[in-house]
Amino acid sequence: MKAKKISLPLGGAEASRLKSGDRVLVSGELFTARDAVHQKFHKLLTAGGKLPIDLKGQTLFYAGPAPAPRGKVIGSIGPTTSGRMDVYTPLLLAKAGLKAMIGKGRRSPEVIEAIKKHQAVYFAATGGAAALLAQTVVRAEPVLFPELGPEAVLKLTVKDLPAVVAVDCRGRDVYEEGPKKYRKL
Amino acid sequence: MRAIGCEAIATAVEKMCREANCVLPQDTEQALGKALKQERSPLGRDILEQCLLNAKIAGTQKMPVCQDTGLAVFFIKQGREVEIKGGPLHDAINKGVASACGKGYLRASCVDDPVFNRKNTGNNVPAIIHIEQVPGSRLEINYMPKGGGAENTSRLAMLKPSDGQQCVISFVSEAVIQAGANPCPPTVVGVGIGGNFERCALLAKKALIWPVGKANPNKKYDRLEKKILKAINASGLGPQGLGGTVSCLGVHIEHEPCHMSSLPVAVNINCHAHRHQTVVL
Repeated sequence: MKAKKISLPLGGAEASRLKSGDRVLVSGELFTARDAVHQKFHKLLTAGGKLPIDLKGQTLFYAGPAPAPRGKVIGSIGPTTSGRMDVYTPLLLAKAGLKAMIGKGRRSPEVIEAIKKHQAVYFAATGGAAALLAQTVVRAEPVLFPELGPEAVLKLTVKDLPAVVAVDCRGRDVYEEGPKKYRKL
Repeated sequence: MRAIGCEAIATAVEKMCREANCVLPQDTEQALGKALKQERSPLGRDILEQCLLNAKIAGTQKMPVCQDTGLAVFFIKQGREVEIKGGPLHDAINKGVASACGKGYLRASCVDDPVFNRKNTGNNVPAIIHIEQVPGSRLEINYMPKGGGAENTSRLAMLKPSDGQQCVISFVSEAVIQAGANPCPPTVVGVGIGGNFERCALLAKKALIWPVGKANPNKKYDRLEKKILKAINASGLGPQGLGGTVSCLGVHIEHEPCHMSSLPVAVNINCHAHRHQTVVL
């Protein structure tokens, strides 16, 4: 199973070619955002406001890295549990135009529905492989909320970050279909 | 009495926190290597290879194995003949944890208030510290960085005595299967059985100190561990929950006497980046 190289921002045609279970190597720019930032974004959007960064067509990486040691671009970085962002995600897809997400673990039926509706893609990166994933980050730039420490928004440039298409734009879910093949219950 | 100074304790704690986060212990690495041989899913094997390569990179570049360097959990056995000089033991440990967080570039993952403020304390303090008095003149410190994703999938049930072994197996395996990909499988599963409500949870955490895959010295509990492991691996969850034959690296049970009307069972799950270290002062 060879990994497909894909680049960000993810175009509509490329998104529609990706299938749940595909291995990919992701290159390009994305933003980190986890719990605290999602809460802030959601509050802004619910109040009818605009986000401080334009997420149209963009990718969010649910991650809060370890601090960068001197001489390194970034510290260890890997996906956190995506399910905690589920309550905020449909609005980000609908109102902010978010196109892709990288995290780990299952999404709610509401999120999968919204992914289908907005032709988005949800990728899973390997949780706990954070020293390896850090090697794929070529640039990291603080963008928003430095006061949140590890939860601050960073703009990252990644090269060949390994991931799996977890939910494709047709709503097919690897967390549903992958384990079925090996289940012995 | 044997005196041990707070400074010496803080220095030892700082060193072990830094090492344990960057160097995957041998038992975990071996368990991952064994999993790679057993895994039948190509994607699952690919993920296990990433985990093993990750451990190599972390060790050589002195980077944390996982960005979630966890809440710092300590199990301490303090010999009755040990006298701590220069302040409380808790302070010495927290000092070591804070120092490791700064100097070791570990992530500060602790917030000060669970409901309202949720401000990051900035140095991963306070640690979670359990102290047990034992005979002798040694101070044994067990440290485990415990990530939030896996910890969030913990469960506890006050089963009925009539529920018996079968319900224990199904409660524990279902807890792990329902947790799915969130605790980063293949997981290590700590199970506490007996005690009471709070004691049982502590036993589950304590069970995670065992080297992965080490047989339980009690034969009956050893068999129970193997039955639970089999039930979890039958789920097909696999590495990262993407499908496969190895969902769990090991199940460890700690058990204690309990009330005649109870059968408490607690499940505390750890990720494949199962980090732990012990030092003796």
